[in-house]
Amino acid sequence: MDFAFTPEEEAFRREVAEFLEKEAPREYREKKVTYFDMASQPDWIAQHRRMAEKLGERGWLSIHWPKEYGGQDKSPFFRLILREELTRYHCPGYDSIGCGIVAPALMLKGSEEQKKRHLPGIASGRVMWCETLSEPNHGSDLAAIEVFAREEGDYFIVNGQKIWTTNAHFADWNALIARTDRNANPPYRGLTFFLLDMKTPGITVNPIINMAGHHEFNEVFFEDVRIPKENVVGGVNRGWYVVMSLLDYERTSDVAYAVAATYLEELEEFARECDLLTAAAKDRFARLRAECQVARLLHYRVAWMQSQGKVPNYESAMSKMVSFELLQKVCRFAVELCGESGVLAEDSLRVPMHGRIASCYLRSFGFSLEQGTSEIDRDVIAQRGLGLPRLR
Amino acid sequence: MDFALNEQQEMMQTLARDFLAGEYPEKVLRAVAESETGFDPRLWKKLAETNLLGLSIPEEYGGVGDFLDLTVVLEEMGRACFISPFFTAVALGAGTILEAGSAEQKAYSLPAIAGGKSIVTLAVAETSTGHFAEGIRSVATRAGDGFAISGTKLFVPDAQAADHIIWAARAETGITLFILDIKTPGITIRPLKTISGEKQCEVTFENVRVGQDQVLGYIGQGWGYLEKVLERASVATCAEMVGMADHVLRITLDYARERVAFGHPIGAFQAIQHRFADMAVDVDGSRFVTYQAAWRINSGLPAEREVAAARVWVTEACQRVVNSAHQIHGAIGFTEDHVLHFYTKKVRARGLSLGGIGYHLGKLS
Repeated sequence: MDFAFTPEEEAFRREVAEFLEKEAPREYREKKVTYFDMASQPDWIAQHRRMAEKLGERGWLSIHWPKEYGGQDKSPFFRLILREELTRYHCPGYDSIGCGIVAPALMLKGSEEQKKRHLPGIASGRVMWCETLSEPNHGSDLAAIEVFAREEGDYFIVNGQKIWTTNAHFADWNALIARTDRNANPPYRGLTFFLLDMKTPGITVNPIINMAGHHEFNEVFFEDVRIPKENVVGGVNRGWYVVMSLLDYERTSDVAYAVAATYLEELEEFARECDLLTAAAKDRFARLRAECQVARLLHYRVAWMQSQGKVPNYESAMSKMVSFELLQKVCRFAVELCGESGVLAEDSLRVPMHGRIASCYLRSFGFSLEQGTSEIDRDVIAQRGLGLPRLR
Repeated sequence: MDFALNEQQEMMQTLARDFLAGEYPEKVLRAVAESETGFDPRLWKKLAETNLLGLSIPEEYGGVGDFLDLTVVLEEMGRACFISPFFTAVALGAGTILEAGSAEQKAYSLPAIAGGKSIVTLAVAETSTGHFAEGIRSVATRAGDGFAISGTKLFVPDAQAADHIIWAARAETGITLFILDIKTPGITIRPLKTISGEKQCEVTFENVRVGQDQVLGYIGQGWGYLEKVLERASVATCAEMVGMADHVLRITLDYARERVAFGHPIGAFQAIQHRFADMAVDVDGSRFVTYQAAWRINSGLPAEREVAAARVWVTEACQRVVNSAHQIHGAIGFTEDHVLHFYTKKVRARGLSLGGIGYHLGKLS
């Protein structure tokens, strides 16, 4: 048992902090924009791309990749440290989907050509990704996917609709899962994983505005979209296995516990300035702080497993669920702490904390839904983690 | 970072687990819980032979292993719902002497504790939530070459089985610790009956005379020592709770796999599975937050906030685990025949011990 970061990891943390001190968007720091509500800022996509390129130039987006793919062979704790510092500095620039999900999936299941073609773009911060999994009729039940890819010569021709696609409105590439065999039994054996250039003709992206009034996710329509066969990852009808390995990465791609801890700290400072620190409020701060510590350690366990070459299973679902539910609690507590000011809109006169309270609160309803619902996470923990039987 | 036990810790874990499996089956647990002393001298002697009583005591005083080893072993003791003066003797008695004692006092007391020849208890609280400095009213006044002490302490653990007692009283410049033979004239011990089977006592000092050499540490510095001791003991008790909660989760899983309702094991139902998922979070989270605090203490790093986070979170998480275990077990878990209630009671008792979470909530805000 050892809970210390190595001196090299500590040095990296200082290096990142020094860099962000200079480069992180100043306004975001002043307004304390949290990672999950960056879409509230009108210039966020430009800032996201600007920072991604800067992080890419330093080699930080790929720091934990093997050297053969342009990385520096560092432990997964380096990525975790980068993300913790970005969180502390309210800084965008980390493409959770490209860096966090697509890259590891490619390294695990992609061909050499695919790795050579796509990993450098992700590492440079210049190529942004989205992933199209959910459909209007299927969210959690991924095996039921209907979007169909028909084989035709050297291509697959895709038709259908995806939904809840984060960042599709500016992403350059898309990780698409589509059905290639309608008669497969069980149905999950008829799915294929594709890499799709978002400039391909036939793709229509329509915005969906979330209840916080922000544009993060979209619906995506495919009309005779042609994907070259070389863009199939992991083999035709074997996409399910790519997705399953990807989901474990997705579940630890974000550091919601760190967002919660940062927000909690800033809330306490705000509460102190505004004389809101009653005994009851202090008690809740204390409990939430303890919970931040637990969520942080559950996340560190997953990073540690990855650093040992172990493949996390239920542990990543547990970490994701605990972190996101914690952040949700913190966002809800913030509203209660502020009393009636808690429901003032972002751009209102007398709005507390630069409008973050209401914006984060409204955004927080998504936390127990995205990247797999909390219910699916609990299924995973009970069935894969504790070995309880599935009811079918 | 390393979330795995090292070789020595694994060895200690196996040692404790094997000892408890062999010497402390459920029928012994039942007998000890119902006994008046909560203490079986024969078992204690065997425990001493394993060297586990020397945990976290330096080797020069006949001890073995460090604080992380003790944490690992206490988790095992929790798993077995081990009712004994172990925690009292090692975490409280030896812990306080290590923190406050002079070289002579350590050389005199610690080998005896490690060898199973002496049980030293610690008397602090005078009210039901009394682990704070202001709560100490007992007074020690100068008398001859030493002091005369009077006062009443509550919830003194295992005083009925102890050979020595460490007593916190106000003397001259402030709170001061004294160590004395528990048979010293003027001491009255009366048992308090607990629901958990653990032994707690009311101990009264009436003009008890002690010599200057029985002052533990410096006069007036007692609370400073106790804060350190309570910090360690809080983590130690978290380790016990982790072990208890983990065992409760395991037996509840076994039950949910076997018990059939509506043609399926109840463990296949989502309503039950989601309770289990939350129990797994509570057990894993409790374990890591406890070991992180133990690791900081073991490494000599400031640990106040980590200890407080552990104490607050683990106490409530383990409580949730036993509550869910009862709901899943249904009526059978509500009976005396089933083993579950021993864990339920002890988790509750440990959660409230050493000042409960109130003391630690304050350190987190």
